[in-house]
Amino acid sequence: MSRAETTATTALRAHSPEVSAARARRWGSLYFAEHVLRVMKSYGWTIIMYGVGQPVAYLFAMGVGLASLVDTSSTPIFGGVSYLVFIAPALLVSAAVMTAASELTFPIMDGFKWRRVFYGPHASPLTPEQIALGQIIAVTVRFLLQSAIYFAVVALFGASPSGWGWVSILVATLAGLAFGLPLMAYAASIKQDKGQFAMVMRFIVMPLFLFSGTFFPLDTLPLAVRWIGWISPIWHGTELGRVFSYGYPEAPLLTIAHVVFLLALTVLGWGLTKRQFIRRMAG
Amino acid sequence: MSPAETGPPQYVITAENLTKRYGDVVAVDGISFSVPAGEAFGLLGPNGAGKSTTMKMIGGVSQRTSGSLSIMGLDPDQNGPEVRAHLGVVPQQDNLDEELKVRDNLLVYGRYFGLPMSYLKPKADELLEFAQLTDKAKSKVDALSGGMKRRLTIARSLINEPRILLLDEPTTGLDPQARHILWDRLFRLKEQGVTLILTTHYMDEAEQLCDRLIVVDKGRIMAEGSPASLIREYSTREVLELRFGSERNATIGAELKGIGERLETLPDRVLIYAHDGEAALEEVSARGLRPVTSLVRRSSLEDVFLRLTGRSLVE
Repeated sequence: MSRAETTATTALRAHSPEVSAARARRWGSLYFAEHVLRVMKSYGWTIIMYGVGQPVAYLFAMGVGLASLVDTSSTPIFGGVSYLVFIAPALLVSAAVMTAASELTFPIMDGFKWRRVFYGPHASPLTPEQIALGQIIAVTVRFLLQSAIYFAVVALFGASPSGWGWVSILVATLAGLAFGLPLMAYAASIKQDKGQFAMVMRFIVMPLFLFSGTFFPLDTLPLAVRWIGWISPIWHGTELGRVFSYGYPEAPLLTIAHVVFLLALTVLGWGLTKRQFIRRMAG
Repeated sequence: MSPAETGPPQYVITAENLTKRYGDVVAVDGISFSVPAGEAFGLLGPNGAGKSTTMKMIGGVSQRTSGSLSIMGLDPDQNGPEVRAHLGVVPQQDNLDEELKVRDNLLVYGRYFGLPMSYLKPKADELLEFAQLTDKAKSKVDALSGGMKRRLTIARSLINEPRILLLDEPTTGLDPQARHILWDRLFRLKEQGVTLILTTHYMDEAEQLCDRLIVVDKGRIMAEGSPASLIREYSTREVLELRFGSERNATIGAELKGIGERLETLPDRVLIYAHDGEAALEEVSARGLRPVTSLVRRSSLEDVFLRLTGRSLVE
């Protein structure tokens, strides 16, 4: 052992295992969230560019380009607001859901199967439940950050006339969790990658994105497909976002129903995720 | 500190009738052992013997089906986080975070124990030096060789200064040089009084590192003792290895009868267990038998395993 090593050894003492265990029991999920956030930092620029680039592109293409045709219509199908104002909350919510579909699928599979990063903390005082929650906390931070950037761009476009528009940052985050947590539970249950996530993107995320009142009000769709919106966290989040963003007139009971639906999916998703993590790691 | 200095041994791990079943499969079948503080204790056995399952139960990540288990006086099924806070764990498969840099892997791992950055930063540097990875501190993990990743995993397991280190097949897949570097690091830890619990299917590793070991097969303990005492008890001092060609090996047994103490016929060679290997070889020649090759060597744990199970350790 070198002299430097010896000196360092005598100077440095870790606290006792009892302290480690007590701290881990209390703060364990935050410790794992810190790990995931450090990993996210390594692709931080991608997150920021995605966060800024996507709203600018969508708002410009849809809210300015497409709107120049749509807004000439004399029928007030968008509740008397411009098309840009109409779609901005929807795009904000959809972006969070898209992020959920990437952050809560492949990284979960990675943690259990490919690089098995969840098994590192599992050998430490952390519990499977804390590892799952840490991952969720870190992704929630990304939802908040990304939605805040998105909202700032929306505000710059003048597309959030109400003073309560900022609440849609929280709405988008809730919608991201409501959609993402059941998906996370599913991702945690997969043992073999057979392209399931590509199927989820094609057959769940895209239809929900297109038929959730994102680009046109849900009630313009035939009843036969309107149910897609009713079960879609994107629709519930979008409608809620519109209420805050421009005072979209809606029955208060319906507004409450949106919140309850999103919360219920989040709670259900968390329960299932927790169960899968414990089952998968208990071995 | 050796157990002799402290009077009666202080057991850090005690297992009694430890059993683990997966459905109808019995992975660990009622094993009992105790490990005193500061000992290097090995579980030697072939793949699928139940070594890793035992390690997972000790590590508090797999619940036992029955029996009792105590780590530092705690039940890992009841006090998982408390037990794991005492341990350093080197798993069979590396699970480093390849998206983080080498040093960051140590920092994030230390945070799981609630250790502050003021401790972790210098400690990480100290451990990187110990693992001979100081110049790789800012590299990404995927740029490291297999041996370097193993050393980093060992460094990571030491971040909380554990008194018990669990090592599951620590050198599997490494080249001989990388294995020797790793063994040297483990020796140093042993000198510092860290209790090492090690699984391996390499008998040379078990002989090098372990003060005492249990030979495990099909979830059961076949024998227990120090490497030297196991060899003394279950084998002779020397072994004469003869090769007569794959077709003759099986039939030559009758002609070799009476030479040495015991004869073992394997598909590729015949083993004669004798106190004096050279004398046994002379007798083989005296009987007019001409092996293609012959070799006299000291008995090893491989021979112990063969004697106990009738099978070779690495098949």
